[in-house]
Amino acid sequence: MGDPLLWHRFQFAFTIVYHYLFPQLTMGLALLIVVMKALALRPGGEGWAPVARFWVRLFGLNFAVGVVTGIPMEFQFGTNWARFSTMAGGVIGQTLALEGLFAFFLESSFLAMLVWGEKKLGPRKHFGAAVALFIGSWLSGFFITTTNAFMQHPVGYSQADDGTLHLASLATYLFNPWGLAQYAHTMVASVVTASFVVTAIGAFWSLQGVFADAAARNVKIGTIAGLVSAFVVAFPTGDHQAKLVAAHQPASLAAMEGRFESGPSASIHLIGQPNVRERRLDNPVSVPLALSFLAFGSFHADVQGLADFPEESWPTNIELLYYAFHVMVGLGTAFIGLMGLANLLRWRGTLLKNKPVLWALMLAAPFPYIANTAGWMSAELGRQPWLIYGLLRTAQGASPTVHAGSTAFTLIGFCGLYLVLGITFLVLMGREVLHGPGQIEPVETHGAPHG
Amino acid sequence: MADLWFWLVALLVVGWAVLDGFDLGVGVLHRFVAKTDTERREVLAAIGPVWDGNEVWLLAAAGSMFLAFPRLVAVGLSGLYLPVIFAVWCLILRGLGIELRSHVSNSLWRAFFDVVFQVGSTLFSLLIGIALGNVLRGVPIAEGVYFEQGLFGGFEPGSPTTGAAGHPVGGAVDSYTLGVGLFVLLTLTAHGANYLRLKTSGEVNARVTRWVPKLWAATLVGWLWVTWSTAQVTPLVLAALPHKPFAWVGMALIAGGLGSLVFALLQRRELLAFIGSSVFIAGLLVATVACLHPVLLRSTVDSRFDVTIETAASGSVAMQSGLLWWFPGLLLAVGYFIWVLKHFRGKVVAARDGEGY
Repeated sequence: MGDPLLWHRFQFAFTIVYHYLFPQLTMGLALLIVVMKALALRPGGEGWAPVARFWVRLFGLNFAVGVVTGIPMEFQFGTNWARFSTMAGGVIGQTLALEGLFAFFLESSFLAMLVWGEKKLGPRKHFGAAVALFIGSWLSGFFITTTNAFMQHPVGYSQADDGTLHLASLATYLFNPWGLAQYAHTMVASVVTASFVVTAIGAFWSLQGVFADAAARNVKIGTIAGLVSAFVVAFPTGDHQAKLVAAHQPASLAAMEGRFESGPSASIHLIGQPNVRERRLDNPVSVPLALSFLAFGSFHADVQGLADFPEESWPTNIELLYYAFHVMVGLGTAFIGLMGLANLLRWRGTLLKNKPVLWALMLAAPFPYIANTAGWMSAELGRQPWLIYGLLRTAQGASPTVHAGSTAFTLIGFCGLYLVLGITFLVLMGREVLHGPGQIEPVETHGAPHG
Repeated sequence: MADLWFWLVALLVVGWAVLDGFDLGVGVLHRFVAKTDTERREVLAAIGPVWDGNEVWLLAAAGSMFLAFPRLVAVGLSGLYLPVIFAVWCLILRGLGIELRSHVSNSLWRAFFDVVFQVGSTLFSLLIGIALGNVLRGVPIAEGVYFEQGLFGGFEPGSPTTGAAGHPVGGAVDSYTLGVGLFVLLTLTAHGANYLRLKTSGEVNARVTRWVPKLWAATLVGWLWVTWSTAQVTPLVLAALPHKPFAWVGMALIAGGLGSLVFALLQRRELLAFIGSSVFIAGLLVATVACLHPVLLRSTVDSRFDVTIETAASGSVAMQSGLLWWFPGLLLAVGYFIWVLKHFRGKVVAARDGEGY
């Protein structure tokens, strides 16, 4: 472990995975809050107001943790990945600066007004604050996925003699076809997380027999948004993303699918353990022809296996990549099934009486977080061994003067800090959920707003 | 073009120092000037709606610096690895301190997050001052483009910061950079005191008012010390002053800011005092960056290895494309800021504005 590269990678992976637990909820939730507040503004929609107010409070807490855990991400480009920053800063600096000016200023200006300013602003302006947060957080998502898309599929750049990358066209860089697909997929996936969390808390209240009206509203909006988003995240956005991987990162597709040999009429392996040393998949359960069709639209298309590529261009962690991809796809399929069942029961008017399904909806809340994380692991492990695909190897991107001891030290520090933060966060979330949505009118509070 | 970006980034840095500066200073003073829970909520409510937006100026400055001078970001942040990560931790802690405090109405919970907020704000102010000290003093950049230096060292009385061969004998924290750090901490605290005086009333206001003259007296002494030591440690920086028109602008701002500050303190004019300290801080920074220009990060080994506007610039398309959206973006940001201020005029009252703090 004297190799600093591993520590740099562990630290970035840990801090980004942890950070993304929060924005994936707040981006999706921002959309649902806008819908709830719009419903509350309609005549007869007053019942939505306390529900929206409850979710705004949870949004505030998640957003605050998302902001503070986002700060290290911005700085680690320079501290841990200095050679990457020197090489690519002339291109990706655009979106990082754009994010600061167009997203962060918007979000930070209106967050306090959204969370604490309802009485001061009145319902219409307060709705405006919710829209501002929605726009800000979805812009932030756009700029950061575009930055990542450049690392996955670099476009809009030129390369100088010393290897430095320069921006050639801002429009080409911003509207990277890979980036647009990835953005759609990522944002819909964050709506999946938000829908499942909203549904789960509704199901929890319902099973507890408390806050019946708010529980029903949560379950309604959560299951509708959950079914739509769970479907769209798979098709067309996930499907399109996978086709791009097949076209541009064929070795990654082979590793994700656990495919070692090349050939036509490729099948999809539902389960099985990649045995990289023996170059085969152990104990596979397969669907014939499915991979050829999904990747290239024809049942008999040729799909390359890892054998077609030199080993030094294989993704560096094939096992983890394979499982990350399979976990994402498996969970995504299960989400459609669960939300389909929930909507069927709700349509027949029996969902809130069906305890087993309510239990399943309640316990399902963590799984979109796992699926989102696994999805990003598929993207980032699939990009290996490249830091910028085809241009810069990960091993060449780290800071040359930061040694393993320094990075191990800061990684341990992050782990400790985030452990305490995570426990505190869960305690506070639990209190909010138990406290529930409160009354129809904003509560006059002095001292503890909701303690 | 690179020159223009130098000043745009400088503008964001100045905006950040003036705006985030006051809420950092408020954090440093927090438990000293507010003793009861109501008083502390008053203090937090005074910065509540603006502190996060103020901090975004730092991220906007860092992002714009990355856009225009990527090598500066890469060389500077990796070379100052540990102090930068410590500063990031402090930012996390102070953000959590202010955001999590109100969620539980238990006195121990609140006392804990009050300390977290104050300690985070204090150490962060000190660390950015130390970083500024490194920029002024220079860092040991040599042939390899990137540099490496110890975290601390160079505290022996009278030890020169730059050794015989020009290599620093100190580290990121030495007696000079620590001095600059303490000066920045003092200045931001005094600036925060001016802001807090403007936004509070009653007991808190009375306590801050007693702190203000002492803090500013100490800041001025610190300023003289920093100017004198900078002349010893890096004579080049001050020697450049007469030849830089923007340095004269900075000097004028410093004089104007100090003048109105002293006048306002004597006349007990709270708003004018805050404007005075804002202008003073802006002037200090403008004069400093004007003297450094065109160097972004000085090498203590040889000026051949300096990171300059020329050697760090990103490229003409990046800089031109950036200009297309940079001004509209900043205008929007200023617009939001004015909107927030409109809803946040006058003194705060904990019972009315303290919700959430």
